[in-house]
Amino acid sequence: MPVMKRRSFGVPEMLLFLSVAILVIVVAVPVLLILYTSFFVDGHFNAGQVMSILSEPDIYEALLNSLFIASGTCIMSTFIGTLFAWLVVRTDLPYKGFMKTLFLVPFMLPSFIGAIAWKMLLSPRSGYINILLMDLFNLEEPVFDIYGYGGIMAIETMYLFPFVFIQVCGALERMDPTLEESARISGASLLTITRKITLPLMAPSIMSGALLIVLYSMAHFGTVAVLGMENGIFNIPVLIYEKIHQSAGSFDSIRAGTVMAAVLIVSAAFIIWLQNKVLSRGRYQIIAGKSFRPMEVKLRGLRIPLFIFCLAYIGFTIVLPTVTIFLVGGLSTYGVDITWENLSLDNYKFILFEWDLTRDAIWNSVSLGLGAAVITMFAGVMISYVIVKMQVRGKGILEFLGMLPFSVPGSVIALGVILAWSGKFGINLYNTVWIILVSYIARYMAFSLKANSAALEQVHDSLVEAARACGAGMGQALKDIVLPLVRPGMFAAFFLIFLPAMRELTVSIMLYAPTTRTIGVAIYTLNEDGETVLSAALAGIALIIIVTGQSVIKYFQNRKAG
Amino acid sequence: MSYVRLVNVTKKFGSVTAVDKLNLEINKGECFSMLGPSGCGKTTTLRMVAGFEDLDDGEIHVGERLLSAKRRNFYVPPEKRDFGMVFQAFAVWPHLSVYENVAFPLRLRKLSSQEIDARTKDALEHTNLLHVANDSPDSLSGGGKQRVALARALAINPDVMLLDEPLSSLDPHLREEMRFEIKDLQRHYGFTIIYVTHDQSEAMALSDRIMVMKNGVVQQIDTPFNVYTHPANKFVFSFIGLSNFTDVAAEDAKVYVKGSDLILPYSGEERGGLFTMATRPSEIDFVAEGGLRGEVVRRTYLGDIVDYSIKVGEQFLRVQKGRNDVRLNEGEICGLKFKHPFWYDAD
Ligand SMILES: Nc1ncnc2c1ncn2[C@@H]1O[C@H](COP(=O)(O)OP(=O)(O)OP(=O)(O)O)[C@@H](O)[C@H]1O
Ligand SMILES: [Mg+2]
Repeated sequence: MPVMKRRSFGVPEMLLFLSVAILVIVVAVPVLLILYTSFFVDGHFNAGQVMSILSEPDIYEALLNSLFIASGTCIMSTFIGTLFAWLVVRTDLPYKGFMKTLFLVPFMLPSFIGAIAWKMLLSPRSGYINILLMDLFNLEEPVFDIYGYGGIMAIETMYLFPFVFIQVCGALERMDPTLEESARISGASLLTITRKITLPLMAPSIMSGALLIVLYSMAHFGTVAVLGMENGIFNIPVLIYEKIHQSAGSFDSIRAGTVMAAVLIVSAAFIIWLQNKVLSRGRYQIIAGKSFRPMEVKLRGLRIPLFIFCLAYIGFTIVLPTVTIFLVGGLSTYGVDITWENLSLDNYKFILFEWDLTRDAIWNSVSLGLGAAVITMFAGVMISYVIVKMQVRGKGILEFLGMLPFSVPGSVIALGVILAWSGKFGINLYNTVWIILVSYIARYMAFSLKANSAALEQVHDSLVEAARACGAGMGQALKDIVLPLVRPGMFAAFFLIFLPAMRELTVSIMLYAPTTRTIGVAIYTLNEDGETVLSAALAGIALIIIVTGQSVIKYFQNRKAG
Repeated sequence: MSYVRLVNVTKKFGSVTAVDKLNLEINKGECFSMLGPSGCGKTTTLRMVAGFEDLDDGEIHVGERLLSAKRRNFYVPPEKRDFGMVFQAFAVWPHLSVYENVAFPLRLRKLSSQEIDARTKDALEHTNLLHVANDSPDSLSGGGKQRVALARALAINPDVMLLDEPLSSLDPHLREEMRFEIKDLQRHYGFTIIYVTHDQSEAMALSDRIMVMKNGVVQQIDTPFNVYTHPANKFVFSFIGLSNFTDVAAEDAKVYVKGSDLILPYSGEERGGLFTMATRPSEIDFVAEGGLRGEVVRRTYLGDIVDYSIKVGEQFLRVQKGRNDVRLNEGEICGLKFKHPFWYDAD
């Protein structure tokens, strides 16, 4: 056997070093700075100060609110998500495949735009539905009030339940149908099977989806910011935003912000840990080998009513708010009746071609989205390649760092980026567009890592080895074999980053300067400033961009599959 | 005394007829196998008996009970049929212990807790699972899981046991062992077995009778011995055991190997034109004098068996001989004598 000469620092080591460096600079440093700032005062560890900050009334209240809203949202989403998943996978509901696609639509709709739409429909004073009902039934008082905990939870549920839905759908589809059939032949009725077999087997997937929702809801800014203001309801991200914004960078408010961010970091880490535990404990071998069409529960008399219920749900949660946004965007002033005479394209023209503020916002979002998508896509390929395919010493560090982006909430990233890039290390990006770019890269690295490792895991090592056995050098093998195979992952990563970046709010709201508004920031601030119709028109344009982008992906994916 | 009766049972999936006008009578206590290539409708038949599939025509009875009848749109649901069933992929519930898996069907039957315990333990004992009763089935091997599935099916002491390729997820050695266990269990409990498999040796070893199916149509129902020695048609002949098919042609009351002037001994009904001779490799003898002349083109040792490929005219025949029988060399000319040739129409 020829003895290979050991190189101490070759290409693999260099790639590893680069990957670690990127993740450290982009994600680890901001997170560490937050933890450091919140726990160390003048270079000394000081936990007492943390406690006293946490017991300040507004911070304490924000904490409780975050927990309360997250729990409510989690319960509602889990119930709705599991029910709909069961209906579209396991029953004879009509048009199941199509319904399943529809239930996933909320994934691509930005929830703060939904919140704005629902505000237009259900605000107690001027909400169109409230006014309609009051006129119809001659009521004195409005029927609904969206500005409360219930409203906030309901709107968050509308946009977050797909996380449970998709998990449970996947698990139900993969589940071996004979697990249920053998219960049936044992004498169990369908109800008993659902209760004793199906649900317990689904429990890990349901739990994991539910935990994701707690994580997202606790860190969610938009809905609470839009709907909570009226009654003074705020959660951690909203309070962080207010502290940072109102006090013009005073150290005390930054520290209060970092303490809250630290709470988010710790809860996120705890939730991710718990989720992994639930999934590994409950990773039953229930995957079907050779499968039949799974058993279909006949809904009989309930079939049509449940179908109508699903349609109504989709109509209310997707169609109605979207239509509202476009219609209000066509009005001259908010509050006038929606009639043909009152509708025009003037706002849309003004926003797209005349007003610098919105034109800048669109330009900023598009260029930030493109920049972040391209950079993150390439960085993600490299990092995933090292993690999935390479055997280098010290890879463990990278694997740990690679987990980080998945668990760091948006407001934490924004705050961490402010701490890291405001001159502390000699570079001051504050109030420039670059700080937003850096934070987008940190925020969306998780998507890129996920898409690229999924694609790379499909490339079996033997493919590369076969190419090298055929005489291709490492570089040649990478170019001819690996690159074509990872292209789908990179393509997916690009859109997974570009589209969410187009509607980003949580991070950009903390980092924007007058000339660096993004679409999300512009929609939000216009709405806050009472420019409701312009805000709606811009939201409409954002929806068009997002839906067009989604359609492009779908088209390419279908073309690849077909 | 027929116990399970299928009358004119038909099942279609879209344009595919999975089972076509199946008539079948299975005796009480019998082990009955359904054998056939993939997609021939075995599983579909079994699932109709179990009640998982409705019928497109026909009826299914067990004993005095009518279970499925298309004409009256009458179906007893699977949970009311009181059958035991074992699936290919084990289908044991990973969130329940071995004990709870087996006790599940009993608990649904509102028995006293002593009786549930006694019957669960009895089923576990007969499947050698008592020592792992409290373990999770996920900690068991494939064979162990399949025993849990068997025990669960046994627990209610069913009259009919439906088995859909229960052994095909196991490795070959374990498969043979489990065959005997199933047979022993049947002897002890006395249930009727309907067994689906595409493995002919499994069917031969286990069954009292075998049904061979092709494209949803029954080809033959008979004892393993008769199916092997008197296959009803060319398909059955080829599906059970090894086979040679030789094209032959009749001319002037003589039968020739097609495309040659080699004459075959023929004693069947009078035929003209082209047809087929079917022979088993193990039922051909080498003879020094006479017989059909052929040339040894390849000789392969398969352990105890020596496998020859013989060129006869333009066609090839496989012959298998014992290790200690006469040995021929490649290139040698030999004479072939057929012990039990079958004659079928050409395709
Ligand atoms: N649920 C279904 N929907 C549509 N077609 C089906 C369905 N189940 C079975 N079929 C078709 O019916 C035919 C018979 O299938 P079946 O599963 O009974 O075959 P099998 O003999 O059990 O085969 P295998 O050995 O592969 O298990 C096949 O052509 C199959 O594709
Ligand atoms: Mg089958």
